[in-house]
This record gives sequence, structure tokens and C-alpha cells, in this order.
Amino acid sequence: MIGSRWSRLVSYVVLVLGALFALGPLLLMLLNAFKATPEIILSPLSWPAELNWSNFTRAWDDARLGETMLNSAKVTAMTIGLVLTTGAGAAYVLARRKIKPWKAVSAYFLATTTAPIQLFLFPLYFGFARLGLINNPVAVSFVYCAMFSPFAIMLLRTYFIAIPKELEEAANLDGANAWQVFSKVMLPIVSPGLLTVALIIGLYCWNEFLIASTFLQSKDQMTAVVSFTLLSGKYTSDWGQIMAAAMIIVLPILMLFLLLQRHFIDGMAGGSTKG
Amino acid sequence: MWFFALPALAINVALILIPALLTVALAFCTWDGFSAPVFVGFANFQAMFADRVFWIALGNNLKWTLIFLTVPIAIGLVAATLLLMIKRGRTLFQIVYFIPVVVATAITARVWQGMIYNPNTGVFGLLSRFGIELSDPLAQTHSALYGIAVVDLWHWWGFLAVIFLAALRQVPAEMVEAARLDGAGFFGLMRYILIPAIAPTIKLMMVMTVIWSFLVFDFVYILTQGGPAYSSEVLSTLAYRNAFFEFDLGRAAAVALVIALFGLTATFAYVRLQSKEGVN
Repeated sequence: MIGSRWSRLVSYVVLVLGALFALGPLLLMLLNAFKATPEIILSPLSWPAELNWSNFTRAWDDARLGETMLNSAKVTAMTIGLVLTTGAGAAYVLARRKIKPWKAVSAYFLATTTAPIQLFLFPLYFGFARLGLINNPVAVSFVYCAMFSPFAIMLLRTYFIAIPKELEEAANLDGANAWQVFSKVMLPIVSPGLLTVALIIGLYCWNEFLIASTFLQSKDQMTAVVSFTLLSGKYTSDWGQIMAAAMIIVLPILMLFLLLQRHFIDGMAGGSTKG
Repeated sequence: MWFFALPALAINVALILIPALLTVALAFCTWDGFSAPVFVGFANFQAMFADRVFWIALGNNLKWTLIFLTVPIAIGLVAATLLLMIKRGRTLFQIVYFIPVVVATAITARVWQGMIYNPNTGVFGLLSRFGIELSDPLAQTHSALYGIAVVDLWHWWGFLAVIFLAALRQVPAEMVEAARLDGAGFFGLMRYILIPAIAPTIKLMMVMTVIWSFLVFDFVYILTQGGPAYSSEVLSTLAYRNAFFEFDLGRAAAVALVIALFGLTATFAYVRLQSKEGVN
């Protein structure tokens, strides 16, 4: 029977088990980031005998996290800028049906959100190679923009749709031109949407592996996630060090997520269900 | 008003649509990426269909689709229903369940590889020393794909739980209350009230699952590179290997078209579902 004290207890037990499943691997990461290999082999579940920070310093040096995280941050920032500047206008136009084929353009963007990377990756890579754009973070941020902006446009569109039409009409009557209406009236209202999009696109870029590992292979342009994957050898791996590197890379994301979780959750859920 | 939409559209067309069309053309050519492509008709497809590994990869993608159409969706539905029932802590559980979604795939992969599956440093190794025989699933041909699937499942189910909860909260409380008063149990409530009420969301997630199941790449590539002995190969890793390790771009393009074919079928269903739900 639902609603009884007994069933509520069972609900909480199951939900807590779910939480343990979600957090367990991350707790293992945290615990073992502070241990030397012999201690990990003894038991990956044990509390570290002492807080051993040497894993972190070695991870920082070996994965060159100072440089590679800066590279990740650069690509991420450029992509966010590109997506917001190009996506907001497109979202506005599609939300207000300002262009005749708005339906076809929306369907096109919707379709590209589901396009497999392999469908465009190979000509893109060898085309970029010919143009000397491999190991070029600006070129990669354009690729990310192409990949992620349809999602951003679909999400921002819902924010523009929610704005009452009267606001625009009033601004038009006051003699504002299309650009002024968009930039002075509409954009400020959708700024929460812009923040949500910036956070989610930032998350995607920071975490992205396939494009980053293919297009940014040189030491001085490599992103943190790619450099992280190179830490483990085929036969021997220093897992304490790898977990420490994982902590360093995931920490900024986790902090942002915990601070602004509403934006992340509503945005990612909304963008993929509301279209 | 075109100029508002033009930059986004231009970037997308130049970097996705045009290369995608070139991929279609490339599937009918042989090309090493450097010299001039040569038209070969259907030779790439013939070679692909004759390749044992292609069928393994396609089979693995289908297995993957079946797993992800059932297990995470069931877990997500149960978790979302339980979250709907409880009064306190709903937000906290949602946040916790969502954390694996925001962790980078590369990091998730390494944590599972080293701290859970690894026979020396992982929990599996520890349990084996206590007499519970658990071998590294990634190291064996019969279990590698499932070992990877569990990692992706961990990364994924929280997303579904959150999406389903958002949909469940739209179900009128009176409906749920009435069912409770009628003495409906947990699964009765799910079966007769909640699942029918959020059927559009579930369908949409199932369509997306089909699409995403054919895109899976990161976890396979990082955890096993498709091995051992191609046992966990999927189409996306096969195409990637064809292109960047064998420099057989025609073959890679042919495999990419097969991936796209499944994606496209599901995408059509997706676009139709979206327009049917009248979101505009």
C-alpha cells in the first residue's frame, strides 16, 4: 500500500541505494587519489592512512594540467562565445517565425542534433588538414559550435517564445529597429537562458573527448581530458596519480554544478525533451 | 531577418552538412586522405558486408540498443516514481543522481577501469581475494561489451530519472491520490496511471536511446578500443579505426552511412513525435 509509513521507508531505502550507486565510483576516486599504489592494491575501499598529496603534484606535472586545463578553458570559452553570439539570433528568428522557412530550418537544426559525428568527421578532418587547421583551437571551437549550437538554439527558442509579443510591439512603436529590439529588449529578458546555455555548452566542451583527441593532438594544444587519458599505460598504470588527475579536472565542473544545479538540470532536461 | 539566423546556419552547413554530403560521396570512392579519391562504386559496401568485424560491430550496437531501451529506462522510471512519492529530499536525490551525468566520459571510464574492474587495484580484485570470484569483464570476449554498458549505464540513468520525474510532476495529483485511495500498489500505480500519463516522454526517450546507441564511442574507445578480439567493437569505433589507423576513408564512410541510416530512421520518428506534441 502506498503512503503508509512502511512503504515510505522502503522508498527511502531504494533511493539511498541509488544514491550510493551514483556516488560510489566518485568516492573511490576521492579515496584513492590520496593513496600510493601498494595501499590501493591492499584495498581500494580503505580510508587513506595519511593524506598523501604527492599523487596530485605528479598528476599536475605528468598530465601538464596547468597548460592543458588552460587549453580546455580557451576552447570552452571560445565555443561559448560563438554559440551565444550565433545561436541567440537564430533562436529569436525561429521563435518569432521571422523567416518563411522557419519550420524547415528548425527541423534541420533538430536533425543535426542527432547526426553521428562519424558522418561528418572524416572529410572535416582531412579538409582541415589540407587547410592547416589541425591543432588549431579556434577551428575546433567552430566545430563545437556547429555540433552544440542546434541544442542551444532549440533551448533558447523556448525562452524567446515565453516573452509576450506586446513587449516587441511597444518597442517597435517607439521607433526601435530590429537590431535594437533584439539586443536591447529581448536579449536582457532571456539572460537566464543564456546563462543556462553557456553552462551546458561549457560542460560539453570541457568534457568532450572524440573531437578533442582527433583535432588537438599536439602537446601544446591538447585539452585536459585528452592529456588525462594518456596517463595510463597499456600494462602499468599509476592509479593513485590517475585518480588525482581526475579529481583536479572534475572539481571545477562539480563545483559549478552544485552551485548552479537548477540551470544544468533544467537546461539539459528541457533542451532534449522540449526540443 | 535572415541575417540573425545566418551565422549559426552557415557554421552548421559548412562544418556538418557539407562534410556529411562528402561522406556520402566518399562511401563510393577509395581514398587514403591524401591522394585523389577514386570512384569504385559499391566496392566499399561489398568489402564491408564481407567483413566479419562489421557484423560483430552491428550486432553489438543492436545489443547495446536493447540494453539501453530497457535497463536504464526501467531504473529511471522506478527512481522517478519513488521520488514522486517522497516528501523530503527530492531535490537532493535529484542532484546526486545527476552528478554522474556531468562527469567527463574519459574520467568515468578510468575510474571504473582502475578502481572497480581492475583485478589488482579495483574492488573486483579485492572481492576475489575474499573468495568472490569476479574477473575483469573488460578483459574477456564474452563480457567486454556488458562491462562497458554498465559504465555507460552508471553515467546515464540519473538523466532519465530526472527527465521522468519532471514529466511525472505534470500528472494531476488528484489522479495519483484517487489511485492510492483505490488501494493501488506501487507497480499498479506505475502501470495504470503514471506510465500511460507520461507515455510521450518515455517514447521520446526511447527514440533518443536508439539514436544515441548507434553513436556510442567514448566508453568503448577508452575502455577496450573495441577489444579483446573485436568483441566489443561498435560501428563508430570501427569507422574511426578504418579512417585513422587504416587510412581507408571509403570504408570508414560506408560504415558511417550505416550508423547514419539507423540514426536517420530514429530521427524521422523523433521529428514526427516532436511536431505531433505540438511544441512550436
